[in-house]
This record gives sequence, structure tokens and C-alpha cells, in this order.
Amino acid sequence: MRQINADNILETIRMIEEENLDIRTITMGISLLDCADSDIDRSCQKIKKKITEKAKNLVSVAKEIQQEYGIPIINQRITVTPISLLLSASGGDPVKYAKALDEAAKEVGASFIGGYSALVQKGMTEAEKALILSIPRALSETDIVCASVNVGSSKAGINMDAVSLLGRVVKECATLTRDRNCIACSKLVIFCNAVEDNPFMAGGFHGISEPDCVINTGVSGPGVVRNAIRKAGKSASMDEIAEIIKKTAFKITRMGQLVGRQASERLNVPFGIVDLSLAPTPAVGDSVAHILEEIGLETCGGPGTTAALAMLNDAVKKGGVMASSSVGGLSGAFIPVSEDAGMISAAEKGVLSIEKLEAMTCVCSVGLDMVIIPGETSAETISAIIADEAAIGMVNTKTTACRLIPAIGRKPGEHLVFGGLMGEGPVMSVKQTDASVMINRGGRIPSPLHSLKN
Amino acid sequence: MRAVISVVGKDRTGILAFVATECAKRNINIVDVSQKTLQELFTMIMIVEIPEDKDSSAITELEQLGEQQALKIHVMHEDIFNAMHTI
Repeated sequence: MRQINADNILETIRMIEEENLDIRTITMGISLLDCADSDIDRSCQKIKKKITEKAKNLVSVAKEIQQEYGIPIINQRITVTPISLLLSASGGDPVKYAKALDEAAKEVGASFIGGYSALVQKGMTEAEKALILSIPRALSETDIVCASVNVGSSKAGINMDAVSLLGRVVKECATLTRDRNCIACSKLVIFCNAVEDNPFMAGGFHGISEPDCVINTGVSGPGVVRNAIRKAGKSASMDEIAEIIKKTAFKITRMGQLVGRQASERLNVPFGIVDLSLAPTPAVGDSVAHILEEIGLETCGGPGTTAALAMLNDAVKKGGVMASSSVGGLSGAFIPVSEDAGMISAAEKGVLSIEKLEAMTCVCSVGLDMVIIPGETSAETISAIIADEAAIGMVNTKTTACRLIPAIGRKPGEHLVFGGLMGEGPVMSVKQTDASVMINRGGRIPSPLHSLKN
Repeated sequence: MRAVISVVGKDRTGILAFVATECAKRNINIVDVSQKTLQELFTMIMIVEIPEDKDSSAITELEQLGEQQALKIHVMHEDIFNAMHTI
């Protein structure tokens, strides 16, 4: 047996006890392609049966591992095949699928189920359009179902018809749940270059190139990274800091891989990927913004933020890739505003603006995430923000996303409180200029050239 | 399974004896012990063998007993440390 060093043991315990290191999620991906049926009710029944069978032990196995290994596992989630594919076969009211997913996931005790999704980067079928239009009802009439739509990719360009539609969908989601803090919007992600094995919510779905059933894990640990940087002191150079982040990311990923493999063995389901994402929570000491401030910025969002974030994101990936041969998902640093104590306070101070967030999304995963915008923002302006963000992803061959929450009836500076992991945040101001002519043109932005890069 | 038990608390007489006794009661074999006191703070790390049939019950019990005695006891599978700290 290899001798374990006492310092290493204490380091691990400190990471978990004091620095909020945890396994953010064990996510089971389940393919529903074999549940497709020409009758929507039969299709829903098959879905429920398959999910409740495959995931029946998901929560208990996670508890077991948590206890044996002494590592907190926060969420157990499920992702499924994009429902638009099943809807193509069955027709009917798509919300029936949302309700079936909601019931099945609740029955097995999962905290979220993702896959009320459509991939429409090149064009929309009737079923996909129907599903997108049903999202506001689906999300306001269910509790734990998450929806996502992929509107663009580097290979296909951006589907502006879908972008135009989604501006209205986002607005309607907010309006339908205006008395519940517009919560439906927090369960809808609009992607460019969506990944098929993302274990994180709300954008997770089980891609069609994935196996029948798979276990993916998502690890977190902004607090661990921040403390490691703090210990290095103020005189360490940027490459030294990058090295520290890399080593820390390595340790965190190894833990994620271990837990993922254990879960996959015990559930008898193949292991997919570890998503090493620095995913913040509103808890003190669990913030990505605070890492950037630890690197040496007075406030996140000021000049220097993009550079610091680029280094952080890259170093996290490098450490993760060394630790596991199956790193996947989004892997990087998340910058949701309402879920990150440091981001919230930077936005409140007025230092962090939507424009700066947009610049930050050029260098990190994943996008304008949990950004609360004024309720008066028009659907066209929301579409325009989505198009901007998708363009960044398309041109830079990376995943970008929008999870915007129009706070109906609220103005910039006012607050919206979701509670729990979703957090809270100030309404951020948006330039209310009119982009309706461009948005209403529809059509498609052609895919970009992949050579002559300057 | 082979596990690591860590114990942290205010130093007093009998901590080691207490933990060792509770381990013995559960048929947990102690393989290695290292213990230090820094000022008032007692820290101990034990490598143990927990019989396969008692994994989770023994872990919960030990951690709860620690709380009653104002000690922080953690029991973690050895693999965690191997995974995190070795390439």
C-alpha cells in the first residue's frame, strides 16, 4: 500500500470542510429514443417507465458514496434525449412530455431533469417549433424540468428565426411566472455550440450521439482555488498562479473521476465524463468572482477581468485534462451572476455590466448566465442579446449560452431573489435601443470562415 | 474497505483510547496511527480496515460519537487520498 501523507489528508479535509469542495452533481443521461411512439400518451408512459427504472437507485447510490467517501454530493440529476425528437414522432401537446418528465424525476428523487430541448441551429421542424413555443407553459407548469435550445453552431451558423422566437419565449416565461420571481426563465438556456454530455443544469440534455445510459459527474470548488491562490501571496507571478490553479484543478477532477467511476460501477451504467467546472454558489467562499479578485482585481468586472478569467479558465482545463482522460461537458469557469456572491456585489456596485459579462464570455464557459434584466426589455432586444452571445460562440468555436431573466415590473437597481442555489441579484441595465428590424428579418447567419483567421 | 479516520479536537486525556475502543467494538482494525498536539489542538490520523459488512453504519456511528465527545471525526475511503494526491 502506498503511504498516505498526513498533510495531504488534512488538506483534503480542509478543502471539504472549509472551502466548500463538493461533487456538484451526479447526472444520469438516459436516451429516450426507444420511447418514441406515434401516440403521445403511450410515449409519455414509456418515458416514465424508462426513467424510473434506470434512475431508481441514483439517489441512494449517491448517498452511499457520499457516506463512504466523506464527500458531499449535492445534486442527483437526469438528462434525457431532446424531447423535440419524440414530439416529431408523436405530435400532440408537448407540455404532456414536460409533465411526464417532472413526475418521473420526482419519483426517483432527482433534483432536476434536463432535456426539454430542441437543436435548431440549421433549421426548425414543425415539432421543434411547437416545442419551443410550448416552453413557457412547460416551465411554468412543472417544477424541476429544464429546457434548452441550441440556436447556433460554428458549422451551421445562427438560426435567426429561432432567435427571434426565443426572445418572445423568454419574455413569456417571465410573464407567466411573474408572481414567482420569474423563475421559469432560470430553467431555460439558449445555446450556441451546445455540448451533448453536459451534467450541469439548466442546459443539460442527453445528446443523440450518447449511449443508452451514462453517468456524468460535475465537480466544483471555487473556494479551494481561491484559497490556494491566497496562500501563494501577492508576489507570485501570473504563470505561478496558473500553475497553482492547474494543480488544484487536478486534485478536484481526480475526486470527480473517482466518484463518477464508483457511481457508474454501482449503478452498472457506463461512465461518461467529468465536467470540471468552477461552479459558484451564493454561499460565502464559493465564488468565481472572488477568485478573480484574489488574483488581483479590486472588483470583478473592472479592467483586467477578461485577462484574469482567460488564464483561470485555461488553467482549470489544463489541470483537468491531466487528471482524467474523460473530461467533457462544459469544463471551465462558470460566471452566473445571481449564483455568485462576488458577481452579485460587483453588479450592485455597478462595476459589472452586461457588456463586460459579454466580453468575459469570450474566454470562459459559458455565457450570460442568470443575468437579471429590466422587465420592460422588449422581446426583440432579448433576441438581439441572444444573437450577440451566439455570434461569440459561433466565431470562436466555443459554447456560449444565455439564461436571461427579465424581471417583470422591476427596474435597474431593484432586486430579484430566487433563493437556494439560484441565489439573488440586482436588475442590470440594458441599453434599450431597437434591434427589431434585424431580428424580424429572420433567416440564418451563415457559418463563419474557418481559415484566414485574423 | 481501507479508510482514513481523522480526529480533531481540544486535547484531553483518553481521546486515542476512546477512538481505539470504539473501533475495536466494531471490529475495525487499526493499521497505522499518527498523532500530534499543537498547543491545545489534538489531531490524529488513523489508517484502518473496516469490515465490508459494516461500511456505512460504522462510519455514521463513529462520526456521531465524535460529535457527542466534542471531537470532529471524519471517516473517508482511502481511495480519495490516493486519487487526489498521486498521479
